[in-house]
Amino acid sequence: MGFDRLVQGAIDTLLMVGVSSLIALLVGIPLAVFLVTSDKGGIYQAPALNRVLGAFVNLFRSIPFLILMVALIPFTRLIVGTTYGVWAAVVPLTIAATPFFARIAEVSLREVDHGLIEAAQAMGCRRWHIIRHVLLPEALPGIVGGFTITLVTMINSSAMAGAIGAGGLGDIAYRYGYQRFDTQIMLTVIVLLVVLVAVIQLGGDRLARVLNKR
Amino acid sequence: MSAANARLRDLGTPPRGAEQTQLHPELNRAHVRFINLGKTYDGTVHALHGIDLAIQRGEVFGIIGRSGAGKSSLIRTINRLEQPSSGRVLIDQVDIGDFDEDRLVALRRRIGMIFQHFNLMSAKTVWQNVELPLKVAGIPRPQREQKVRELLELVGLQDKHKAYPAQLSGGQKQRVGIARSLVHDPEILLCDEATSALDPETTQSILALLREINRRLGLTIVLITHEMAVIRDICDRVVVLEHGKIVEQGPVWQVFGNPQHAVSQTLLAPLQHDLPPELQSRLQSTRVAADAAVVLRLQFTGSATDEPDLAALFSALGGRVRLLQGGVERIQGHALGQLLLAVNGSAHSAEELRNRAANWAQQVEVLGYGV
Repeated sequence: MGFDRLVQGAIDTLLMVGVSSLIALLVGIPLAVFLVTSDKGGIYQAPALNRVLGAFVNLFRSIPFLILMVALIPFTRLIVGTTYGVWAAVVPLTIAATPFFARIAEVSLREVDHGLIEAAQAMGCRRWHIIRHVLLPEALPGIVGGFTITLVTMINSSAMAGAIGAGGLGDIAYRYGYQRFDTQIMLTVIVLLVVLVAVIQLGGDRLARVLNKR
Repeated sequence: MSAANARLRDLGTPPRGAEQTQLHPELNRAHVRFINLGKTYDGTVHALHGIDLAIQRGEVFGIIGRSGAGKSSLIRTINRLEQPSSGRVLIDQVDIGDFDEDRLVALRRRIGMIFQHFNLMSAKTVWQNVELPLKVAGIPRPQREQKVRELLELVGLQDKHKAYPAQLSGGQKQRVGIARSLVHDPEILLCDEATSALDPETTQSILALLREINRRLGLTIVLITHEMAVIRDICDRVVVLEHGKIVEQGPVWQVFGNPQHAVSQTLLAPLQHDLPPELQSRLQSTRVAADAAVVLRLQFTGSATDEPDLAALFSALGGRVRLLQGGVERIQGHALGQLLLAVNGSAHSAEELRNRAANWAQQVEVLGYGV
């Protein structure tokens, strides 16, 4: 077990988490905006569609990641052509991360004072102006906080993906630490993960604090 | 809607009530007009009922009422933040009821609005807050900069342009709100309890600013409040709203000098001086002692043109006249107020004293005897 393998594992983990979280960010924010604005009393009111989408999000959120991963194997094969390796793990990770992050972002968007939306309407903002200039900037600190939580949760899930052959730090810890009783590797992986999570959490908190002008 | 009606509407003539226009030409010049306006929530709760009102161009118009009287709903129908359930709202004789988003956006740029809780964007600086309405309207940067600078100067916040709302006091936040509401050079300014979250001193400075804006820019101001003092200090005309209906309306001095409805009287109570409890306790309803003083309340409702001539009043009453309490204030050039007088040793009966005092005051009342 060389140093190279650990580095490769760390890169794999970052890749899995990074790609799936990035997609979750890009899809999750519009999804969250839609969940908020299409709700009853929202600026793009569509209660029926809102309920359907809300139920869909809840469905994916209620499935434990390990089960979701297994259940998605045919879908994964369809998308990336394989069920093994980093890219195969990105599919279930993304599908788990998106509704998770969307719900957190939705909470932040809902917390934007209704008075601000009213003020924006009164000043002659169109509805997309309200999203662009009011809802998103006002909710940004909360969204950043939510994205931090999503990243940490995805590191957790990626280790699980490692156990079914996705690579990454979780895979190393499982194969070398658990199956070969190599405590040293196990500890190294734990330290690496703790540092990774701490850096993400610290960075996210700091960014959220800088953005929060309230 | 028929084509003919649509054409009439575009010409700015109300399809109904053309005969009304002939009878009341002043309605034709009204800046904002409500015609039989009603608002119900969930089909049962009547927030507004049968509101008929004409607000003239350039006036400061006050809407007062207790909380839940429907003031907020009423003012919000002017820029359609609130959709009326029945009746019509006319701005410059144009019915705004069927405006689509484009026309609504254009209308809202002609109508500024400020709020009780200021409603500033917390993530934007003072400058960005004032700039936002111009930005979304697609105004080029050089014009935006000039306009924002001009307005921050008007409200006296040039040096705060980099600050975030959280770093400002309540009065400063409302000034930003005012600057923001004026960037499109609106013709109407709506004030939704604009001073209710401010302390008395700040309230005065904000009211003075609104007065100045009204004079300098000639815009129509519609404000809602639950404080009579705000109405007194700034408004030309006032309506009193209760349970979604207009219960009293008129020039401010008239409603202040002689409130007719119980609600108006209740709202005015904090500004009026009642007989102090200490005097009240010594007052008797019948004249037990022959030398007991007669206590009179004289009210000046502002309908007389002259201020009360006290020397003439006192000599008409005769005896020794003491001033227990009272004062006169001027609203819109009318002297309003009341005097509480104790008359000792007059040759006249209480009834006669009352009649004589009535030559000077519009309303006279014998409160009792003694003191």
